[in-house]
Order: sequence, then structure tokens, then C-alpha cells
Amino acid sequence: MRRLPALVISLALVVAACGGSGDDGAESTTTTTAAKATATTAASETTTTAPTDEPGEPLVLYSGRNENFVQPVIDSFTAATGIEVEVRYGGTGDLATTITAEGESTPADVFWAQDPAFIGGIAKQGLLAELPADVLGMVESRYADDDGQWVGITGRSRVLVYNTDLVLEDELPDSVWDLVEPEWDGRFGVAPTNGSFVAFVSAMVLVEGEERTLEWLQGIAANDPVIFDGNGPIVDAVVAGDVDAGLVNHYYLLQRIAQLGEVPARNHFFPPGDPGGLVMAAGAGVLVGSDQQEAAVELIRHLLSAESQAHFLTLFEYPLVDGVAAPEGQPALAELPTLGISLTDTADTLEPALRLIAEAGLT
Amino acid sequence: MAAVAPPGVVPTPKPSVQKPRRASAALWAAAIAVTLPGAAPILHLLWTVVKPGGFDAGGISATRLLQLFGSTTLLVGSVTATALAAGTATAWLTSRTDIAGRGVWSTLVSLPLVIPSFVGALAMLGSSGNGGLMSLALSAIGLPRLPVFSGFWAAWGALSLWNFSYVHLVTTPALRRMDPSLEEAARGLGATRWRTLRDVVLPQLRPALLGSSLLVALYVISDFGAVSLLRYETFTRAIYTQFRGRLDVTPALFLSGILVAGALVLVLVEQRNRGKASLAARRPARPPERIPLRGARRVAAYGFLTTVVIGGLVLPIVTLGWWAMRGLSLGNVFDPVWAEAARSTGVALAAAAATVAAALPLAILTVRHPSRPAGVLESISWSTYSLPHLAVGLGFLTLSIRFVPAVYQTVVLLIIAYMAMFLPQALSATQAGLRQVGPHLEDASRGLGVGALATLRRVTVPLVWRSLLAGGGLVFLTVMKELPATLLLRPTGFETLAVRIWSASSELFYTQASVAALVLIGISAVPLYLLVTRDR
Repeated sequence: MRRLPALVISLALVVAACGGSGDDGAESTTTTTAAKATATTAASETTTTAPTDEPGEPLVLYSGRNENFVQPVIDSFTAATGIEVEVRYGGTGDLATTITAEGESTPADVFWAQDPAFIGGIAKQGLLAELPADVLGMVESRYADDDGQWVGITGRSRVLVYNTDLVLEDELPDSVWDLVEPEWDGRFGVAPTNGSFVAFVSAMVLVEGEERTLEWLQGIAANDPVIFDGNGPIVDAVVAGDVDAGLVNHYYLLQRIAQLGEVPARNHFFPPGDPGGLVMAAGAGVLVGSDQQEAAVELIRHLLSAESQAHFLTLFEYPLVDGVAAPEGQPALAELPTLGISLTDTADTLEPALRLIAEAGLT
Repeated sequence: MAAVAPPGVVPTPKPSVQKPRRASAALWAAAIAVTLPGAAPILHLLWTVVKPGGFDAGGISATRLLQLFGSTTLLVGSVTATALAAGTATAWLTSRTDIAGRGVWSTLVSLPLVIPSFVGALAMLGSSGNGGLMSLALSAIGLPRLPVFSGFWAAWGALSLWNFSYVHLVTTPALRRMDPSLEEAARGLGATRWRTLRDVVLPQLRPALLGSSLLVALYVISDFGAVSLLRYETFTRAIYTQFRGRLDVTPALFLSGILVAGALVLVLVEQRNRGKASLAARRPARPPERIPLRGARRVAAYGFLTTVVIGGLVLPIVTLGWWAMRGLSLGNVFDPVWAEAARSTGVALAAAAATVAAALPLAILTVRHPSRPAGVLESISWSTYSLPHLAVGLGFLTLSIRFVPAVYQTVVLLIIAYMAMFLPQALSATQAGLRQVGPHLEDASRGLGVGALATLRRVTVPLVWRSLLAGGGLVFLTVMKELPATLLLRPTGFETLAVRIWSASSELFYTQASVAALVLIGISAVPLYLLVTRDR
């Protein structure tokens, strides 16, 4: 391997090597010291497994929800309790896989997911502790884990977002099954590797069975969909008119309208009984490996407080605690269709869902 | 030219005259210690593929592997060819012709390197489609709007634009140092300019071209952000899809292991084919004659340079600026991302310092005491350098959870990972510096009874500090732009500029993403500007 070195030599050699090294040296020394400090903290965190809570040791939250959504309620939690919280933001799937790899030694105390399937997968591995009954009782039982290991914080409905200039009212599908018809060929976007889509397919497997679900996925794949990485870019493309419609969660469009003002796009809710209208709970749970169980449960209780739930409403998600209204202009939570399935079971169909999505060639 | 000279004019050391002194045990220990962090993830990933008890593909079919192999090869091949053509053209135009402002052009076509390819991809998305900046500009003058840039062509364009500068940077010094007498002889014997170019110039450039193609090809294999944003499926993106979708890290590790094997094969192929010619000839007796470009050719030359500068530098910056302004005028909160900028700069400086420090013993061992085992150590560090960062990051993630949980999710692990991935950048700069000064002063110092460490501190380091700084500058630049390993390994709450851009753009917070991207570009531009202007 001599060529590559020679190459980088010539790159490196043309790097200017003039002056200003004093400051650099000083700064890197500080950083290294800081790094060492961090390492020491982390070391004490991982080795302290005894339930002796050192006061001031921060609670660690792995959040699949974005910072905009989470940080204000974390700040109010810290203000109210004095408990510091460190938040690791990332995709729900990324964090779920990370927790799986970490196992019981995970630094996380609380996991807050976007959907029931991935957090259910963590629960199934025995990595979540059972939540107290009063916490579980704060939401309707269908929005919490059947075994009490996670509780829904907000609800998110799957919808078809459509551009009002490009899709006529009477063209709107009565079912996700309409999207495999020729009239939708090449007109809609999906994000097949996104957690929300995967959770929706997991629910579809429960409702329709594997065979029918594969049939639907293959029909979608054959209808030349525009493939995206996430829901947000789909909504953007629909708003811009780059695609006519897309399968997404309901609140992205509403947030976009709040940012940009009126846009030529609407959410279309699927009628009762259609798997396209799945209402997913974005749930949170406490890791069994956490040495701060009480503080962790306290954080979840705070997420379900009226104050936090009102914050989530301003970002257009459905508060799951009784007595808080639905997002403006959207149907009430109680009016949203139920599929007659248990969200807990979507964790069991997660694996088949992933397999079927891959089998249909949707990547 | 001071202490740093391009490799071609390095006075050849004479190791053959003097039998190399035996390296001390401490030097060996230090050199082995700095190589280990790079070896660990490679071995771990290869192990996941070949470990006894089964080929655990995690449900990934052979057909799927073939598909990924095909799509990745297509992108790698097309981007490398394009970058090679464009980079050679810019290098030739700015060093061998008589166009005006050659120095300025040479700097401008190098600067796209400050733009991480995922930021470039983001800007491409922001300029195309119905709502894009270029579309709006086109429709203002009555032209049709641009379709959304996505898929193969978009990925090809983005990766070519933000990689051809490597070819330019490597080829330019080679062109400038080429002895003009060969070309003159060819011309004198009646060969046309084109024939001279083809039969005399290009063969001499072969090592530079082959080497820079390898850099581009490895980068394309490694790219994760741009192909994700532009929706083109490659091996690396598939690894990420497996990671985020499977609730199990095994399939992602398995795919990484396959990719590791593939990247190593590529490095070996390049090694076998690089030819015998050295990268640079002796210092030429006189600068080569500049080829006059007239009429249409001159216009075409300016047109080409303008196009790549606009595409690679101006458009992304303008699009990001437009996004930021639009967001702010809509009342989005201006977040100057100070904390992220401080973290990025701090960790990049620390990584640069650590990497330079780690490179020193390995460089001394390989230059002052060359031996086969020393060469093996050097090859190991080059192997890690050639791997996708996502794969290396996954390797470090699983290894640290299992064996050294104390450093998991700490800045220490992050810096070790950067050091393992980017060691060769500092190593090669340091080696070049050491070769240039020769061992005589060190020998004199030792002969006068000064100890090894004191000699290092008082003689060697002061002699090569410019090379150390040069290597550190490259590492700094690379760390600033690094995304996938940072995403996996960063401490909780340690959001860097790259992480911020990535997460903000996936949540559609374009104002924040664009502000962070502009800050990242601004900070990275400093070392790169010094890098490219130093050459003249």
C-alpha cells in the first residue's frame, strides 16, 4: 500500500504549515482534558450499578422524537424537579438497535420511541421495566403496552397527504388498497425504511395477514412510487407539487403550515377499519438497566402531565391523556378509526413486516 | 518552499549507505499501540463474516447482495471516471495553459472540498424541484422548472462535484514537476499536441491519476449522507438501513464485513496496477512551456472552469444562504449553533493533535528503521483508512460495548475512532518530513549523549513541525466533515455541526440546517485555503 500514502503525502504537503500553532495547541489541550473528564464520568456511570443514586447524576433519555418536540418538556422537568436530563437524539430504529446492542448495560434510563413496534421490540427482549399502574392508567389502555412496559405519550395518525392542485376530492382513496390501482401509478411517495411506515405495515400484517400484506406491498412497488427516506421530505415534495400524494403521519403537514403559512396540501384520513388509518402511540418506557428507576418514572409522568401534553398539542400530535383537545382542524382522537388490534402485538409482526417490505423490493 | 517540499523534490535519504539502527523496544511498543485501534474494528467485522458456527447473513439474500454490489459498482465507476476527467482537466488548464488567473482558478476548483457531500446533496435538493431555488430562477425567466434531483444521476453528480478536487489537488503538483524535455522531444519528433498528451504526459501522470482515483472510489463506497438524501441505494446505505430497521446490529455488521473485504480488494488491485513510475520525477530543470489556448478553446476552458466552480461552490453556498434568509424572514429563530461549532472545532483539534502524536512513533519506526514488520503496521493503518466510516463506527460501537464500556459514548472513544480512521493522513505528512531532514542531526544528537526522548523533543520535532502541522490540518478538515461514525459514537448530547445539519434537515428545519452548514463550511475553509494556496 505505497501508492495511497504517496498520495496523501502530496495532499498533506501542500497544506499550509504557517504560524498560529500556539492557540491550536492550547485549545486541544483543554479539549483533551475535557475529554478525560467525560470519560471519567462515563466510567463511573457504567460501573455504578448499585441503586445508590448519586445526586446530580443526569438521567439519560434516548429520544426518537426530535429536539423541537422534546427539549421544552425536558427543560420544564428539570426546572420542576432539579433532575438533569441528557438527551440522545436519533432515529427510533437507530436507537432501538443501539439499545439492543447495549443490552442491560445501556446508559439509557428512558427510551421514547416514535411508534409502538420498535419500543415493543425492546420490551420483548426484556429490557424494559414494568411501569406503575397509576402511570399506565393515565392513558386509555389501548395506547399502552398490554404488559405495562411502555405507555403512549402522544398519538399519531397515518394519513395520505395530498396536493390540492394535483389530486381531486373525488379521486381520494377510500382505502390504502386503492393506491395499487393504475390511476395512482407514479403519483405518490412512501418512506419504506422509516419506522412509521414499518409500524404501519406491522399493523397491516395483524389486520390482513402476511399474504395480503405482501400482495399490497408488491402492488405498491409495482405502481412506481417515489421512494423517500422519511415522512418530512414526502410532505415537502407534496407541498411543492413534486409528487401528488404520500403516505405519512398527520402532523408533518400541520407543522409545515405553521412554518410556511397556507400551502396547497391537505391530510386525508382513511375511513374506519382501513389499516391506512392506523393510530400509533409514540410510547416511552424505563430501561431495566437504569439505576434511577424512580427518577425515570417521574420523567414519564411528567411527559403525561397536562402541561407537557398541551405542548405536544401545539406541535399537532394527539395528546393521549383525557381532557386535552385534538389538534386544530383534525378529527377528535375518539373519532379516529380503530383497527381492533393491540398495538402491543405490532412488535410481534415487526420482523415479518421488515421481511415483507424487503421481499416486495421496497428499499 | 521552506521546510515543506512536495515529494518530488525530497532529497532521497540514503538508508542503504548506512545500516539502519535497531529500533528500541519502546518505539516498537508505541508504534504497535497506535496501530491497534485501527486493527480492532477490521478484524471484528471480518470475523462477523467468517466466524465459525455459520454465515449469519441476518436474512440478507444473495440476490440482494448482488444488487447492492451492482448499484455500488455503477456509482463508484461512473463517479471515479468523471472525477478523474474533470480533475485532470482543471489541473491541466490551471498549470499548463496560458489562461488568465490560473492561481485563482486552482484555488477555486479546490475549495469544493470544504463542502461535505451530504451538505452538497442537501443543497441540490434545495435548488431543484418545484420549490427549489434554481427552479424558481428558471421559471422567473420563463423556462421550465427542474425535476427533483434524485436517484443515480443526482448521486453521480453530487459525488463527482464534491470529489473531483482530490484529483485536481494530487495531479497539479505532478503536472508542475514533470520534466518538459520529454514533451519537447516528442513535439520535436513531430508528434501533435494531443498525441504528446496521450503518449507522454498521461503515462507520467499514471501514479497520480491511479492514486487519486482510489481516493475517490473509496470515498464513494464510504459515502452515506449524499446517497441517502438523493435516494440511491448503495452498500453503505444498505448497512444503515439494516442498522436502523432491524433491532439487531448483526445484519449491519455482516454487510459491513462484506464491504470491508471489498474495499481491501480494491486497495490491493490498485497496488498491483500502480506501475513502477514514482509519483514525481526530479525537480524539472525549468518550468514547462505554457500551451496557448485561442478562440473557441479558450472560451471552452473558461466555460468549463466556471461551470464546476458554480456547481461545486457557488450554488450550494447560495442555496444554503437563501434557505437561511428565507427561514429567518419567516420568523424562524436564528440559532447561531455556537455550541455545535465549538464542539466540532474542539473535537477536530483534539483529534488532529492525537493523530499527529500517534503518527510520530509510527513514522519514526517506518522511516528511520524500515523493516517488514514496520511495513505491516503501516499497511494496517492504511487498511482502516480505506474503510467506510459507518462500518468502522459500527465496529467500534460493538467492540466498546462488549470490551471497554468505560469509554463507550465518550469523547475519548470518538477521538480514538477518528485517530484510527485518519492516522495515515498525519502519518504520510510526518514520514515525508522525516525523510526530508535525514537522520544525521538526530544521530549527532544521540552521539553527543542526548537521550532518545530528548532528541525527539529537541531535534526531530522542531525539524518536522511544519509537516506535523500539515498532517494535523488534513485530519482537522476530515473530522469536521465526518458524519456516520460521529452519529454512532458521540457522547449523549454532544451534537456537532455535522450531526446538527443531518438531524435538522431530516426534520425539515432547513433554517437551522443551512446556518449550521454555512458555519461548517466557513470553519473548514480556513485550513483548506491555507492548504491550496501554500502550493504556489
